[in-house]
Order: sequence, then C-alpha cells, then structure tokens
Amino acid sequence: MSVDVRTAAPGPRPGPKRDSRPPSRGHGSPAPIRHETGWSIGDRIGLVAAWCCGISLCVVAAAIVLFMAAKGLQFLHLDMLTSSPQASLDQSQTGGFLDPLEGTLLLTIIGIVIAVPVGVAIAVWLTEYGRPSGLARLVESGVEIVAGTPSIVLAIFGLLVFQQSFMGFLSFTAEGGAVFGRSFIVAGIMMALIALPLVIGSTREALNTIPRHVREASYALGKDKASTIRRVLLPSARSGIATGATLGMGRICGDTAIVVILLGASMQTTPESGPFGLLRGTGSTLTSYVYNNSPAGEGNAPEKAYAAAFVLLIIVILLNFVVGLIGKRNKPQWN
Amino acid sequence: MEAASLSEVDAQASLDIDRTDRRVELLLGALASTILLLIVGMIVFVFLKALPSFTHNGLAWFGWGGSVDEQLMNIFNSPADPSDYVYHLRAFPLLYATALITGVSVVISIVFSALSGIFIVEFAPNRLRRTIEPVVKLLAAVPSVIYGLIGILVVVPWVADHLISEGRKESVAYVIQLDGTSILVGIFILTIMICPIMIAIIVDALRAVPEKWVEGAAALGVNRWRAMRTVSLRAIRPAIVAALVLATARALGEAIMLSMVAGSVGFSPNPLDGFTFLLEPARPLASTIVDNAEGLSVAPFGQTMYAFAAILLISSFFLSFAGWAARKSFSRYTLGAR
Repeated sequence: MSVDVRTAAPGPRPGPKRDSRPPSRGHGSPAPIRHETGWSIGDRIGLVAAWCCGISLCVVAAAIVLFMAAKGLQFLHLDMLTSSPQASLDQSQTGGFLDPLEGTLLLTIIGIVIAVPVGVAIAVWLTEYGRPSGLARLVESGVEIVAGTPSIVLAIFGLLVFQQSFMGFLSFTAEGGAVFGRSFIVAGIMMALIALPLVIGSTREALNTIPRHVREASYALGKDKASTIRRVLLPSARSGIATGATLGMGRICGDTAIVVILLGASMQTTPESGPFGLLRGTGSTLTSYVYNNSPAGEGNAPEKAYAAAFVLLIIVILLNFVVGLIGKRNKPQWN
Repeated sequence: MEAASLSEVDAQASLDIDRTDRRVELLLGALASTILLLIVGMIVFVFLKALPSFTHNGLAWFGWGGSVDEQLMNIFNSPADPSDYVYHLRAFPLLYATALITGVSVVISIVFSALSGIFIVEFAPNRLRRTIEPVVKLLAAVPSVIYGLIGILVVVPWVADHLISEGRKESVAYVIQLDGTSILVGIFILTIMICPIMIAIIVDALRAVPEKWVEGAAALGVNRWRAMRTVSLRAIRPAIVAALVLATARALGEAIMLSMVAGSVGFSPNPLDGFTFLLEPARPLASTIVDNAEGLSVAPFGQTMYAFAAILLISSFFLSFAGWAARKSFSRYTLGAR
C-alpha cells in the first residue's frame, strides 16, 4: 500500500515543531504514535466533524433509550402483562398485552427452531464440503440475496405459497376451500428465513476459525468426515451457533411486516380446533400490538403502545446482552 | 485365513464410512440448494402474480398521471367479473418516494457513519469507546416499530408545531395537507435506523486495517486524520460497499416505520416548493403493501401489490449484484478481499 505523496505533506513541513492543536487522546490511553505534523483547515474540519458525529451518535442513542425507559416505566403496569387485549372504546377497558407477549415468544421459538438446524446444515455444507464449488458460490450469493430481501416481500410471498390449497393444513380453510394462509406456523416459517442468514453467517465464521489440524487429527483417529463434523466441529462452533441464533431471535422479535401480513389481524391469540390448533391459529405479537396501538393503527392508544414497546425493547436489550455474554465466554483456544 | 477376513471387514467398514459420508454430503448439499429453489420460486411466483398489473399498463406503469391513491381505490373497487377488473395504475409517486427517501438517507448515513467509524476507532477516548460500541450494536437491533412509534409520537408533533406555519400550510393546501408526517421525518428516522448497521461494519473493517499501514503513513509525515482518510478509509472500500448495500436493502424494505411517519399519502413531493418540499408526505412501495394488507384478497388489487413486491425484489437483487461487482473490482488492491 503506497501513500499518495501529494497528500502526504500538505500543511506546514513536518518537523520537530509541536502542533498548536494536537488531537486529544483519551486519558489512560497510551499514544502509540504522535503525529507532530501540520493540521490543515480541511483536516481540522474533518476532525471536528468526526467528533460531532461520534458525540451525536451517543446523544441520539441515550435519548432513545432514556425516553423509552421513562415512557415505559410511566405507563407499564404489571397487570398489562397478565391480561389479554380487549376491544373497547374505553382505554381503561382494553386490557393488556399478554397475548402479544405469548405471540412474540411462540413465533420466536418456531422461527429459531426451524432456522438453527437448517442454517447450521447449510453453513456446514458451505465450509466443510462446498462441492461443486460453483454451486457453493451460488448458494452463498443466494443466502446474501435472502438477507437483502425486504421482509415485506418475504411476507407476501409466504402468503402466496401458503394460500395454495395443498398448504391448507398449515392454516385455516374457509367454507368453499379458500385457504386463509395466515397462522403462527406460517409466520414462523417465514421468520425462519430472516433469521437464517444470521445463523449461517456466524456458524460459518465459527467453523472457519477452527484450524485444519483439528480436522486432520480427527481423521487420523479413523473418524469419517460426518462424525468429525458431529463430534468435533459442531461442539467447537457452539458459541458461534448460539450467537447466530440469538441475533436471529432479535430479528424475529423485531419484525413487524411478516406479523402484520401473516399472523392475521386479531389481537387475541385464537387457536384453531384440532391437533396443533395453536400453531395453525392466528394472533399478534408485541410489534403488531405496538403498530396497532400507535396513532397509525386502529387502536390508537399511545400509552399501551409505549408500554408494549418498552417490554419489546427490554427483550431486545436482553438478547443483545446474551450475544455479548456468549462472545465473552471462553471460546476453544487453538494453537 | 483369519487375516484375510479381517481386512475384508475393514474394507467393508471403510466402504460403509465412505457411503455415509457421501450421503451426508448429498443431504446437506440438497438442503443448501433449496435456498436457490426458494429464490427462483420467489421470483416466479411473485412475477406471475404481478403480471396482469404490468401487462395492462405497459411501461406507463412506471409513469405518472392522476392520483395514485385514487387509482388504487378504483382497483380495489373493481367489479367482481374478472373481465372487468380495473388495473389502471401510474405508480411513479410511489417509486419516487422510495428512491427519494432511501437515496437521501443512505447518502447522509454513509457520510455520518464513515465519520463516526473513524471517531470510534481513532479518536474516541477509551472510556467513551467502550460504551459507544455496545450502544451501536443495540441501536442496530432496535425494532423498526419502536423507531416508528417515537417518530409518530415525538418527532411528527414537533415538526407540526415548530416547522409548519399556517402560511406554509396554505401555500400547498391546494394539493396536499401538511400535518407533520413528512419525508423529512421519514428520512431523519430512517437515517438513525440504518447508521448503526453501517457503523458496525465500518468499525470492524477499520479495526482490521494493519497497523503498519497507518504507521507507514505516519512515518511519511501525515497527521492522524489524514492517515485515516487516505489510508484506512481507502483500504476498507469493500467494507464500505458492503455497508452501503446492507443499509440500502434495509431502507428499501422499511415498511412499518415509514408508513407510520412519512404520511402514507401517494403524493410526489415537489422539490420546487423549497423547504416545504421536505415537509410534504409520501409513501414508498413497501409501506403501500403493508397499509393495504387487508386488500390482498381482492384479485386485481392483490396483483397490483405483488407488482410492487416484484419491483422491490428486483431492486434488492440488483443491489446484491452491484455490491458483489463493486467489491470484486476493489478486491485486487484493498483489504477484505473476497
């Protein structure tokens, strides 16, 4: 990498002269390099701009979290967590958000239960087999495309697929054979798709950090590839898989478009009859509850929306915290 | 005799191992290939469903003329007879809103994120850096509906009270009503939403720039800012492209938040209105689909919605492809080569 000579010495000549305005270093951070060179006007503007951006980032983040915390603590009552939403004009009678909370939980579980095995399998195939390489590269870009597809598009694509009559067993079939195409399991399957790229990504990363000699040692002991993967590689990649799963759960919790389109419009959880009625039934999640109770939705109860959003934010923060925890935990050390 | 049978057993065992191994490979490969099947299925299904809307309007689908909301209403109220279905649509206001809101917020975000990334990696005091990084990760994970809620309950009323005067309202009253929900708020919140995604990627990439490169620049006599700008920032161009692609995809697909704060009116904000331009409402494609989720079962209306989805799908495809091409062209002489 060569440095453009023209840009190398724009200001005053570099020399022993101390700069009148050295960039400030944090306390306690030893400055490894002290650049005692000139700072042109442009450089100063750039430095100030970088500081401004950094500071405003902190301010915005603090504002959002503190604001949501203040509003949430103000409006959240414990009985909201234990009562179902009711349709009523009187705000004191509209109940809490027990059903949406259960919905979020159920949907996250369905989504992650589907996404983790599939994602791990794809990641293993990509890193350990990957033959033919053309197909592997195609799958790789396919995963990237799925990651880039808007969830609203996935949602209405899901509706299209699950409204086919042979998919009727996954949701509710009306008189006359029209398939409703909306249910927990349907929404969960599409949710798995948005979690999938995250699971694949972090599993691959984990598998890639396992050095070659570990695999070779396993082969030398007479293990074949499949059992090497099962007994050696996957256990070592556990924390990577867990990170991916947690990130995926965060994504699923936060997605609204799929819920609005694929989970039906009812606020209460309404199971269908028959086995797995709950999975085939409709309901709501915290995200759709917040959307519905915001001024943009039908409910228009900002206080309820704030309270539910606060709970949702806590869930997301907890998941984020778990990701950090997994990252910090001792990973297998290879040398 | 005994030895021979033993080696036979061994051979048989290793054959079995080979066979299970082969089976596992095929199984996993087949599973991985379903991703491709899914994508092909998505394109075929969505486009087949969208076809009537495109064929009835031809290229004029992308043009302008008349009120798009009225046209959507007419489509929704089509007669029940399939031969009388109404498809007339000029979708320009929605396309324009999508491009405008996405484009402006991505441009603002990339500048902001690059500067913030440099700040975090190079200039931030240690203590600040330790708090700011988890905060960025958290911001990236906050659900869009929460951003939307804050937008509609805090930012929109503020804009309505402080930026929209009576005179301003009257100046455009003949075409549109200003109530605070506007592209300004949409762009503002969207920028806040996509910045953390970009910053996270840029910070990771800046960290990976070999220290020697920056030190080399320093040895040539450049200051810290210039070393960051001319060496590090150039070295991470593939990462910047990746960040751009990811953030643009997120912005394109953002439906809920924008439908909450950007007004949900099929209107093309007019740049000739000066500052009022920013206070006019609009509605991008993704929000249009969410807003009309209940109408999907009306055949011609549903087909129109799938046409919007098809446009979004194609855009995100091109985005992935453009990102791949850009990274490829950079990868020869930069860091993070793929």
